[in-house]
Amino acid sequence: MTNSTILEMRGITKTFPGVKALEQVNLQVKRGDIHAICGENGAGKSTLMKVLSGVYPFGSYEGEVEYEGKECRFNGIHDSEKLGIVIIHQELALVPLLSIAENIFLGNEQASRGIINWDKVQRRAGELLKKVGLKEAPDTLITNIGTGKQQLVEIAKALAKDVKLLILDEPTASLSEKDSHALLDLLLEFKTQGITSIMISHKLNEIKRIADQITVIRDGKSIETMDKADITEDRIVTSMVGRALENRYPSRTPKIGETIFEVKNWSVYHPLNLERQVIKNVNLSVRKGEVVGIAGLMGAGRTELAMSVFGRTYGAKISGEVFLHGKPADTSNVGKAVAAGLAYATEDRKVYGLNLIDHIKHNVTIANLPGISSKSGVIDDNSEVKAANEYRKKTNIRSSSIYQITGNLSGGNQQKVVLSKWLFANPDVLILDEPTRGIDVGAKYEIYTIINKLAEEGKGILVISSEMPELLGICDRIYVLNEGRIVGELSGEEASQEKIMRAIVRGEEKVAS
Amino acid sequence: MSTETAPPVVNAAKASMQGAMKENLREYGLVLALVIIMVFFQVMTNGILFLPVNLTNVVLQNSYIIVMALGMLLVIVAGHIDLSVGAVAGFIGAVAALLMVDYGVNPLLAGLLCIALGAAIGGVQGYFIAYMKIPSFIVTLAGMLVFKGLLLNVLSGRSVGPFPPVFQLLSAGFIPDFLGPVTLVAPTLNAAGGPTPGTGIVLHSTTMLIGILIVAAMLYFALKSRRNREEHGYAAEPFSFFVVKNLVLSGIILFLMYKFASFKGLPNVLVVMGILIALFVFVTKRMTFGRRIYAMGGNEKAAKLSGIQTERLTFYIFVIMGMLAALAGLIYSARLNMATPKAGAGLELDVIAAVFVGGASALGGVGQVAGAVIGAFIMGVMNNGMGVMGINIDWQQVIKGLVLLGAVAFDLYNKKKA
Repeated sequence: MTNSTILEMRGITKTFPGVKALEQVNLQVKRGDIHAICGENGAGKSTLMKVLSGVYPFGSYEGEVEYEGKECRFNGIHDSEKLGIVIIHQELALVPLLSIAENIFLGNEQASRGIINWDKVQRRAGELLKKVGLKEAPDTLITNIGTGKQQLVEIAKALAKDVKLLILDEPTASLSEKDSHALLDLLLEFKTQGITSIMISHKLNEIKRIADQITVIRDGKSIETMDKADITEDRIVTSMVGRALENRYPSRTPKIGETIFEVKNWSVYHPLNLERQVIKNVNLSVRKGEVVGIAGLMGAGRTELAMSVFGRTYGAKISGEVFLHGKPADTSNVGKAVAAGLAYATEDRKVYGLNLIDHIKHNVTIANLPGISSKSGVIDDNSEVKAANEYRKKTNIRSSSIYQITGNLSGGNQQKVVLSKWLFANPDVLILDEPTRGIDVGAKYEIYTIINKLAEEGKGILVISSEMPELLGICDRIYVLNEGRIVGELSGEEASQEKIMRAIVRGEEKVAS
Repeated sequence: MSTETAPPVVNAAKASMQGAMKENLREYGLVLALVIIMVFFQVMTNGILFLPVNLTNVVLQNSYIIVMALGMLLVIVAGHIDLSVGAVAGFIGAVAALLMVDYGVNPLLAGLLCIALGAAIGGVQGYFIAYMKIPSFIVTLAGMLVFKGLLLNVLSGRSVGPFPPVFQLLSAGFIPDFLGPVTLVAPTLNAAGGPTPGTGIVLHSTTMLIGILIVAAMLYFALKSRRNREEHGYAAEPFSFFVVKNLVLSGIILFLMYKFASFKGLPNVLVVMGILIALFVFVTKRMTFGRRIYAMGGNEKAAKLSGIQTERLTFYIFVIMGMLAALAGLIYSARLNMATPKAGAGLELDVIAAVFVGGASALGGVGQVAGAVIGAFIMGVMNNGMGVMGINIDWQQVIKGLVLLGAVAFDLYNKKKA
């Protein structure tokens, strides 16, 4: 091990009951590098990082971890943090009702003999926030700032611990393009200060932009490590899926019919702040067999629009009309919206989509229990098993059986369970909110294929996504939403990332004037 | 990964046998624990526990706990708690006493009025929990105080009783023997020519017949469902395992029924309990209503976005809980044969303990009716056994507390390992 190597993991093998999550994985990270780890969901990236940070203590895995030239045997996160290894998980570990400053020093309080020195807290928090480029006051509550800023607070928290090796698990998964950009710039700046970073990411363009080296993991094995010079998107993708993926978006010849879904003059106010209008007079339509996208930055009101339409699950003082098949539809609660033929697959599958402690079968049928039971409400076990198996096959859920607990599935497979749930409810119009967030290229392709198949069956599909290439790749038409207003409508052929961004910027000008 | 390689057939059979053992051990672990505890006390009490008269006593002593545990299971699976059930049961018992004893209302009518009142009480608490979104802990804590106070108020410090004899039958009666008794062993005669008590075995044949019918029905449905699964090509447990499991269960049922039959037959309250247990097993396992409770307890937000009307569901759960608390109050007062100002005090804790010993999760979404019932029996048998052994009430409390903690810790440990 040379002096330029800060971390070396050798022959890491980690087994869970019945599954080998990691098998003889090797990882070597150079000091001061940004090292990207990619791989499909369930490939074992997060498991590897948990071994490194001590979440899985020494003895629960095989192999060696060498950091700064010394072999490490961590018994918990505390041990690794003492050496300056800090991990930022995909799900942020912030306490919403505490302030930014309190969160930054959580578990690392600026105190002597248990008494907190608030002056020091304020001062140091201010310094750290400046470093990460956050202008908020240190005593702002976490719940009052957006996800992008929360991510920065997490990084400030890591800096407070004198981080030498920063591990980020999909840091930009829930950030807008602008925030992602800022975050990546920050990582590059840290690099000049000598902080080494390991970044798990699915976003190939980001990796290409900032990574010095890439290690690809597939099926629990380290496949290869590439240097910056060798990195091309094609090579990464090929290495990740084990085969060349020629087209990231499956092709489809649209067969578009009459309009089946319309939203007219839709206005929504914030549920807690009744003065604030979140959705402003939105009109949109979806035709039979059409895939329509909604583009927009984080906070543009895309999810709010979808949820307010779907059973008024968001917002207050909602006004406007919804039409399905040209007739006014009552979507005032979820039950009625589903009965009218509408479905909404959430952007946050863990919080709003799945019962994680229950198995696939029960999750698939829950939105359409009448479909498997008699009029008096008695469930027919056989038709339930049949339905669950059918949709497991249809959406290609990879699991041991329909009795696998959904909490143990990978992100992509969880997303397929959410889709199955709504497909089983047999809607005419599906609203898919970030259908591929946090899932890998292979699973994304499968989701796109399902979307295409649904369009071919004559359903109308509305896709909300933060990834513009995705919208451009699968949509026949794209609405651009900004600040709760539709600021542009582009056909699939004319749409481009540039045009979408221009519509957003122009929209902002309009709002400002 | 393992799905891609086809293991040799022999291995597969072995694995599924092991799998079935493992799965069933977890499922029937509670039954096993109950059996072990019963055998333990049988030895420690020199055989008193299994005496027909004592076994009947165990059922009577715990009937109202079990009735409430059924509702509490729904409440806990839904992610809530109900601290008011003991006070509500005591209050309803007092109302029943006033109606029947002071005003001479017909016992059946009074009973129905009381259960309706229980539903209303549950409804009011449910309204605050479901629609006003006040945590159930607070609402039912308030309810506990309110109904404890109202109990004192309506009784104004006295005890009211005795109840009409018809009403007492709810807790003290046994089902009539339509077929007539069957003498297995003739009792020895005493000097006066009458039978000596405690000798000989005379069977309550209706009870025995019911026991046989229950076992027959159980086997019939088990076989039917097994065949059904096989026809649809779904994996069933190995046949040998299936046979052993059902034989053991049948044996236990027949043994207990034989014990009841050799005393006075099935207690009325056990029949009521049996019907309620069967109903609740069916509702939680086979009906959409039950499924929705599990979905809501597992992830309320997801359930809501799946079209489940979580507010209404929560409301109904507390209405059901109120009705069961009322029924338990009737059983309790019928057993004491009077309503007292202290009736029902602390019962809610026994009920909640039974549900948790039975494997329910305090976080919601997990729990079985059968588990709650067995949990109640585990606590009940321990109460009874320790009482017979003459262990002081102070140590009884300590031991019961440790058993509750131990049972939940063991359950969590097992889940972590799996």
